[in-house]
Amino acid sequence: MKNLKIFTLAITVSFLVFNCSNNDDDDPTMISGPDFSGTYIQADQMGRPAVNTVFVSSSSKDMFNITIPSEQNAAFQSMFEANLLGLSPAYANPGDQNALMLDAATFTGLLATDVLNVSLDGTTTFYDGTNVLTGRALADDVITVELLLIFGGEDFSENPTLSNDNVSSNDKPFLVSFPYLASPW
Amino acid sequence: MKNLKTVLGVGILAVASFFAIAADHIDAPAVQGGTSDITDFYAFQGEDTNNLVFVANLQGLLSPSSTGDATFSENVLVEINIDNSGDNVEDLVIQAIARDGKMYFFGPVAPSQTGLNSTIQTNASASGVVDITSYDSSATIANNAGMSFFAGPRDDPFFMDFAQYSAIIGGTATGFNNPGADTFAGSNVMSIVIEVPKAMIGGLGTINTWVETKTK
Repeated sequence: MKNLKIFTLAITVSFLVFNCSNNDDDDPTMISGPDFSGTYIQADQMGRPAVNTVFVSSSSKDMFNITIPSEQNAAFQSMFEANLLGLSPAYANPGDQNALMLDAATFTGLLATDVLNVSLDGTTTFYDGTNVLTGRALADDVITVELLLIFGGEDFSENPTLSNDNVSSNDKPFLVSFPYLASPW
Repeated sequence: MKNLKTVLGVGILAVASFFAIAADHIDAPAVQGGTSDITDFYAFQGEDTNNLVFVANLQGLLSPSSTGDATFSENVLVEINIDNSGDNVEDLVIQAIARDGKMYFFGPVAPSQTGLNSTIQTNASASGVVDITSYDSSATIANNAGMSFFAGPRDDPFFMDFAQYSAIIGGTATGFNNPGADTFAGSNVMSIVIEVPKAMIGGLGTINTWVETKTK
């Protein structure tokens, strides 16, 4: 297979050389690198973890992926709020908030614009007990954070069987240095 | 244990065909299971705290036996978007695309157009290229202009008891188990990791960032 590839390359190169010597124009683009031309059209996008999965209704998941972030709030906030109330009916009670002191409208207003907020000034974490939404580190237990914000109420004490999946770390240790992710299984 | 994992693996696939999977694995019909399916996105301070690291993972739930055959499609552009002016419109992009066993990187650079359509910013003054690491090799890393680059298979860093979440949503369970079971244990993703000096993406303050796949 390797040999075949080299052989093909050799033919390609000789073909190019042949072309050059037979075309008497002096086109500088003749020396070819990889072709990066063309237009690429959006297929998928993601900012924060699990947003499309949890808050977007099935029929709208593809549309969410091709709506630019600056237009997502107007298009999807009301759907997010309805789906949040479906998951966690307590949000419908007047004044009900999560531990970030966000009510249903405010919380879904934040989430509907699916971008990850990242601090360039220090600690980067989804939530570590002190810092909130300053990035996403590999070891962050983002699902439990999201479950707590959906089900845990004002002080993370409500619905304990729904607000923690009890999987709090990865199955392989991360690396201290680049590329940080563990080698494949 | 091996057998259990095999059984679980089958279970995962059966579940996946009915439910969208977190974090962004198999999130929507048009992309699920394909080479443009984003599974996860991370952005965190590097070992050198002057740097920020971006991780874009694709093609989730690769079993060890299928990982060696997984490839980055040359028709899929992976684009990290960076808004450093607070309007959720990208001011800078970092693009990654595979060509003949190598991953090419362009940016951070101001895109020639924002939004759903992109051309590859071959005009970018910042760029890099790295050999795509094969399944049976240790990680190949390339460095250029203060940036570091990696592309290849890695352990999926995501963890969650997705099976039990699905059971709860599906009405067949009323809560999580303790301890839970990591549905993503033992599975791999196709990963792109880029480390850049913070000075190249705004220097101070907060950025908004997201990842896109775009196809030709």
